[in-house]
Amino acid sequence: MIRIENVSFRHGPTNILHDISLTIPKGGITALVGPNGAGKSSLLSLISRLQTLQEGSITIDGLPVDTTPNRQLAKVIAILRQDSIVASRLRVHELVGFGRFPHGRGRLTEEDRAIVGQSLQQFDLADLADRFIETLSGGQRQRALVAMAFCQGTDYLLLDEPLNNLDMYYARELMRSLRAIADEKGKTIVIVLHDINQAGAYADRIVAMKDGRLIADGAPAELLNTDILESVFGFRMPVEVVDGKPVALHFR
Amino acid sequence: MPDRRLLYLGLAALLCVAAFMTIGLRGNIGFVLGLRAAKLAALLQVSVSIAVSTVIFQTVTGNRILTPSIMGLDALYLFGQMLLVFLLGGMGYAALDPQFKFGGEVLVLMALATGLLLPMLRRRVDMGLMLLAGVIFGVLFRSLHSLLARLIDPNDFAVVQGASFANFNDVRTDLLVFAAVLTLVGAAIAWRARHVLDIVALGPDAATGLGVTWARTVTGLLLLVSALVAVSTALVGPVAFFGLLVVAVAERLVDTRRHAVLLPAAALTAVFILVGGQTLFQHALGNSSTLGVVIEFAGGLVFLLLLVLGSRK
Ligand SMILES: Nc1ncnc2c1ncn2[C@@H]1O[C@H](COP(=O)(O)OP(=O)(O)OP(=O)(O)O)[C@@H](O)[C@H]1O
Ligand SMILES: [Mg+2]
Repeated sequence: MIRIENVSFRHGPTNILHDISLTIPKGGITALVGPNGAGKSSLLSLISRLQTLQEGSITIDGLPVDTTPNRQLAKVIAILRQDSIVASRLRVHELVGFGRFPHGRGRLTEEDRAIVGQSLQQFDLADLADRFIETLSGGQRQRALVAMAFCQGTDYLLLDEPLNNLDMYYARELMRSLRAIADEKGKTIVIVLHDINQAGAYADRIVAMKDGRLIADGAPAELLNTDILESVFGFRMPVEVVDGKPVALHFR
Repeated sequence: MPDRRLLYLGLAALLCVAAFMTIGLRGNIGFVLGLRAAKLAALLQVSVSIAVSTVIFQTVTGNRILTPSIMGLDALYLFGQMLLVFLLGGMGYAALDPQFKFGGEVLVLMALATGLLLPMLRRRVDMGLMLLAGVIFGVLFRSLHSLLARLIDPNDFAVVQGASFANFNDVRTDLLVFAAVLTLVGAAIAWRARHVLDIVALGPDAATGLGVTWARTVTGLLLLVSALVAVSTALVGPVAFFGLLVVAVAERLVDTRRHAVLLPAAALTAVFILVGGQTLFQHALGNSSTLGVVIEFAGGLVFLLLLVLGSRK
C-alpha cells in the first residue's frame, strides 16, 4: 500500500502540490490523469524519492520513502520517468539488465538472465536485444525503458506517460501487458495517462489532478462523465457507452 | 566480442612494453634495465591513472568531452602545490620527504576538487555550463598559481617550478612507490565500482531509482578521480587532452560503454599510446621530448572533432 499524507511541494516560491492525501492499496492499476502542469510527475517523483519530500509523509508498505535506505526501496518500487535520458553505446539487453541491479549489484545470475529474457519477450524486444539504444525509434526506446522498469521485479511500478511515442498497436499491447502483470502477479501499477479512454479501458481506478490538487477519484465508470471531465480538463466532451464501457469523445 | 578485442589490445600494449624495455640495449645492461624499469613503471601509472580518471569523470558528468584536466583539475593540483610552498616556505617544503609532500598535495587536491565540483554534480549540469566552468577554473588556478609564484621567494619558486608542464621523458621517479600504491588502490576501487559506474552513467534519477545513493556515490568517485589526477600530474606534469584521446579511441575499439570492458580498454590504450609512442620517438625518431606535444596535438584534434560532432546532433 502506498500511503500519501498531507504532502505539499514547492519549487522556490511556486506551490506545485497542495496538501495531497491519497492511499493506493496493493494490487491493481491506478491511472493518474490531468492537464499539463497539474503536478502528476511531481507526485510520482516524490513517491519514488527522486524529489526530496518537503512536507507530509509518504510510505510504501510501511517504509517511509525519505528515511528508508535507497537500496531497500529499489527492491520495492520502480519508476519510469517521463523524460528518461539514456546513455549511449548501450545495447537493449544491457539496459534492460540494469533493472536487475538492485538485486545483485550488477552481477547477473542465471535467474536474472531469465527475467531479462522474459522482459524482452513481454515487451516484444527480443529481435532488438542486440541493438544500440540510440539506434532505436522513439517508441522502441520507450518499450525498452518500460521493460527495464518491469525487470526490476518490484511490487510497485510507477510509470509516467509510458504510452509516449507508442503507436496504437504497442499502446494497446503495453496496456494489456500491464493488465496481465497486475492480475497475474498482483503488482501495483500507478500510471500517468493522457488518453482518458485508455485509463477507462484498463485502469481499476482513476485519480484526476489539477493545479496541484486531487479533484476527482473513482472507478472509470464514475469518472468518465461529462461534468467531471469538464472540471478536470476545462471543456465538455460527450461520453458514450460502447460494449458496456464509457468512451469519452474528446476529439470532437 | 569485446572480450576478444580487449585481448588484442592487451597484446598490443604488452608488445609496446617489451619493445620499450629491450630495443637498443647497450652498455651496462643491468643498469640500463633498472633505469628503464623505473621509467616504465611511471609511464604505466600515468596511463592507468589518466585513463581510469577520465572514464570515471565522463561517466559522472554524463558526457564524452569533459576530462579532469579540461575541468582544470591539474591546474588545481599545481596551485595546491604552490600553496603548500607558499605556506611552508621553500626551505621547509624542500626539506620535507617527497613522498610525504606528495601525500599532502593529494589530500589538498581531493579536498579542493570535491569542494568545487560537488555542488555542480548534485544535479547534472548542462555540458556547456560545465565546460565554461572548467575553462574558468583552469584560468583561475593557473593565474592564482602564477600570482603565488610572484609572491614567494625566488629560491622557493625554483623548488616547484620544475613540475609545471608535461614531460613524458623526464618523469619523477622519486615518487614512484607512493604513486604506485595510489594507482593500484585507485584502479582496484574503480574496478570494484564497475557495475555501479554503469548505473551512474544513466544519470541521477535512473540511478536513484535503481538504488544508488547519488550524492554519496558521486562524492566517492570524485575523490578517486582527484587522487588519480594527482598521481599523473605529480609524475609527468599536466596533460590536457591525453585522457580524452585515450577514452575516445578505446570506446571506439571495444564499441561499448560498459565499464567492465571500457576501464581496462582505456588503460591498455593509454599504455599502448604512451609506452609505444615513447619507444618510437626514442629510437626511431630520435627525439623523445616531442611525444608530449604530439599526443596533446592529436588529443586536441579529437576534442574539436567531438565538439563538432556533438553539436551537430
Ligand atoms: N524544476 C522546476 N522548477 C519550477 N517549476 C517546476 C519545476 N518542475 C516542474 N515545475 C512546475 O510544476 C508544475 C507541475 O509539473 P509536473 O511536471 O508535475 O506536471 P505534470 O502534471 O506531470 O504535467 P505534464 O502532463 O505536462 O507532464 C508545473 O506547473 C511546472 O511548471
Ligand atoms: Mg508529467
